[in-house]
Amino acid sequence: MLIATALSVVQTKRLFAVVMLSGVFSLLSALLFVMLDAVDVAFTEAAVGAGISTVLMLGTLALTSRTERTPTRSSLIPLLVVVVTGAVLVYGTMDMPNFGLADTPANNHIAAEFLKQSPHEIGIPNVVTAILASYRGYDTLGEVVVVFTAGIGVLLLIGQLGRRRRKGKGGKV
Amino acid sequence: MRHHLILRVITKLLVGPIMLFALYVQFHGDFSPGGGFQAGVIFAVAFILYGIVFGLHKVQHVFPPWLVHKMMALGALIYAGTGVVSLFLNHTYLDYSALAHHPEHGQHYGIFAVELGVGVTVSAVMVAIYYAFAARPPRLSDEEW
Repeated sequence: MLIATALSVVQTKRLFAVVMLSGVFSLLSALLFVMLDAVDVAFTEAAVGAGISTVLMLGTLALTSRTERTPTRSSLIPLLVVVVTGAVLVYGTMDMPNFGLADTPANNHIAAEFLKQSPHEIGIPNVVTAILASYRGYDTLGEVVVVFTAGIGVLLLIGQLGRRRRKGKGGKV
Repeated sequence: MRHHLILRVITKLLVGPIMLFALYVQFHGDFSPGGGFQAGVIFAVAFILYGIVFGLHKVQHVFPPWLVHKMMALGALIYAGTGVVSLFLNHTYLDYSALAHHPEHGQHYGIFAVELGVGVTVSAVMVAIYYAFAARPPRLSDEEW
């Protein structure tokens, strides 16, 4: 179903349908994450991918145009790039261990340590939160700063910050 | 959207529970899936839904842009400030064990504060981005969809 949705996104010319289909795609991948027991990731995917980004894309559509423009150049070179990249990625997965194998690096390296230590050191049941906020506190701080920077970027590009400055102090938006 | 009575009533019913759910996800993130990122997005969604149905003007009356911009920075400051507090308490940066006598409790407080910062920043940024998009005059009218 994921593949079917992705194909229909490529096929459809009406951008409204494309936005809705990408929301469906996010929701389906959220289901996939739930099946893989990654509930936190699924939660994020459902909220951000299916929720917010669909709304923002609709907002963008309202500002731009409703239908796709027909491409003027030939799509041969992009197709080639996509095929080559896809082939390389598939080739990369050949080296990956089988799904769910116990002796993979992901299962052996530090994850077991976290699972064992976090009830004593952090004392909260959700290990994901413990890792996210405490063991990997710096990373999460970086993520927050990235989100903040993204917000500032959008505001500077199309937001009200610049407009207010041009209007002077009295210009209330 | 002025004519859609059902949409307006349903939205009014939904906004409260959505915010409540966001707060639940925020503060219950220690025990169940969720945390600042998800809660921030859900909290922002409540405002965005309100804005879509009732218009940008009304939602900006409730949650004015200047406040949104302040909150964007405030969240990041809460996060970074938690680290600085633990620095002052003779621990390394972002070591929450410093925040209480018992290290486990300190971790609890620290994670709480940090997740709060994450939630504030994420929700404010999402709302700010929505405002930025919605504040421009749309080129499509409602009928063209």
